[in-house]
Amino acid sequence: MNKIPNRAVMCEVLKNAAAHDKSITVLCSDSRGSGSMTSFADTYPEQFIEVGIAEQNLVSIAAGLASCGLRPFAVSPASFISTRAYEQCKVDCAYSNTNVKLVGISGGISYGALGMTHHSAQDIAAMCAIPGMRVYLPSDRHQTKKLFEELVQDVGTAYIRLGRNPVEDVYTEDDVPFMMNKASVLSEGTDVLLVGCGETVKPVKDAAALLRDKGISAGALDMYCLKPFDAEGLLSAAKSCRLVLTAEEHSPFGGLGSMTAQVLSAHDPKRVVCMALPDAPVITGTTAQVFEYYHLTAQGIAERVCKELQG
Amino acid sequence: MSINKLAVKAYELRQDVLDIIVSGGGGHIGGDMSCMEIMLALYSRMNVSPKRPDDANRDRFVLSKGHCVETLYAVLADKGFLNLEQVKREFSKFGSEYIGHPHNTLPGIEMNSGSLGHGLAVCVGMALAGRITKRNYRVYTLMGDGELAEGSVWEAAMAAGHYKLGSLCAVIDRNGLQISGSTEDVMSQENLRARFSAFGWRVIDVPDGNDVDMLLKALSSAKRTKGKPTVIIAHTVKGKGSPLMENKASWHHHLPTAEEYEIIRGDFAARREALLNE
Repeated sequence: MNKIPNRAVMCEVLKNAAAHDKSITVLCSDSRGSGSMTSFADTYPEQFIEVGIAEQNLVSIAAGLASCGLRPFAVSPASFISTRAYEQCKVDCAYSNTNVKLVGISGGISYGALGMTHHSAQDIAAMCAIPGMRVYLPSDRHQTKKLFEELVQDVGTAYIRLGRNPVEDVYTEDDVPFMMNKASVLSEGTDVLLVGCGETVKPVKDAAALLRDKGISAGALDMYCLKPFDAEGLLSAAKSCRLVLTAEEHSPFGGLGSMTAQVLSAHDPKRVVCMALPDAPVITGTTAQVFEYYHLTAQGIAERVCKELQG
Repeated sequence: MSINKLAVKAYELRQDVLDIIVSGGGGHIGGDMSCMEIMLALYSRMNVSPKRPDDANRDRFVLSKGHCVETLYAVLADKGFLNLEQVKREFSKFGSEYIGHPHNTLPGIEMNSGSLGHGLAVCVGMALAGRITKRNYRVYTLMGDGELAEGSVWEAAMAAGHYKLGSLCAVIDRNGLQISGSTEDVMSQENLRARFSAFGWRVIDVPDGNDVDMLLKALSSAKRTKGKPTVIIAHTVKGKGSPLMENKASWHHHLPTAEEYEIIRGDFAARREALLNE
């Protein structure tokens, strides 16, 4: 089992970039530890800004830095940066067209036992609804590395959700089929397409393998780019399938499932089943326990597919 | 430009603002009038030029009270960033670029604003960027006094004090009125000096915030301040320029009737004349 969290990978990429690009700056809201940014702060103190527990300020200050040509990464818990600072994300980043990267750490239900104040199960919907905001949920450390290597160079605001804990690898170091804003095909299938993003990609990938063992041709797609949503990639992967199932660590409203259904209903109508967190405070537990409870596991997803195909 | 000329210009630009608002069918006339001298004073001192809008060393200004964009348009047109006739023609019209709040696709406008309580925090970022990139530009924002009820203002004030941002200067258009009435009735702003001092700021009170001479002196003094941000509390008159509007909260965004327009125009002309004869 991999022991390196995606946030630590982010820190390494940002440190590498900061070594030769003095415009790379990192801002934290008393979140350098939870964001794995202590090492960045210690190595490049002149490129690190501590804002204190003030997420609105964090985002606006980042926008001010960006407007003067710097490349700020504002790193703060996803639950706070995506809701408390929502207006700053909308106005100062997206609307003012500043090159701010908003990194939501400990995303989804990473802070399992801390309750709904610390869960971000609405961030995909909220951030995708802002004109000009890109939204990414990388699935593992290898993809996180590729994504951040792009983000340190590109121009334009984006929201990136990362989980708190290490996650199992989806890819290998030598084999990361990454293209910016293109979903990654994990496996191809002709009966069913499973679509995941972030921490549901691994269960989706494994579910596809379980289904193949049962004689069901299941494809799996890593839709790490929620916005711009790779509609073309989705339509291509879903082409011959009669069922598409989405799995996400998010509210059932306005996330991966909603967007997948929206694209398919317009261009290639077929059955879409959306697995997500409930429209309620989620049950207390670790990520593994919570995912298990809501069937967001390889087994749970595979069983749901079998049930839907029988039904 | 001499101080007297700036004072006269304030009344000429008030007429431009009045025309912009009437042409567009609405605007925030009360606050526009109270902050006219502040913005003219700022733009007479800031290192900005339409010939080099992207100069990395230019001073930065963010109109945090973005609803007073009509005054910004008039001042930017006067500085050569915008075409006044075009602004008058297109303000608030269908498809227009000249909307009711600052938009940074227009020359001379750094950031979009309109939602209150953003400007100071953005300016903290701009001032920190100046420090990081070792540039000597100054950073200014203009806030309303009603705006100070936004909590984000105080997050930014705290950070500016913490980081000792001597290049940052905030000006408060202290006209004492907001849309619902007196700022003191809506949400008390008393003892602003002590509030900002407590956050590590230097505070300069300008007893008459519609007096160009006093404002310029305050700005010069702010520029000489090292190691801490400066706030200039400019005590202004909302609706300044015509007794019809002065100190009346109801003129926050009142659209003058044809009759009122003529009265206000006459008042502006008379005050301009009086200044010329001083």
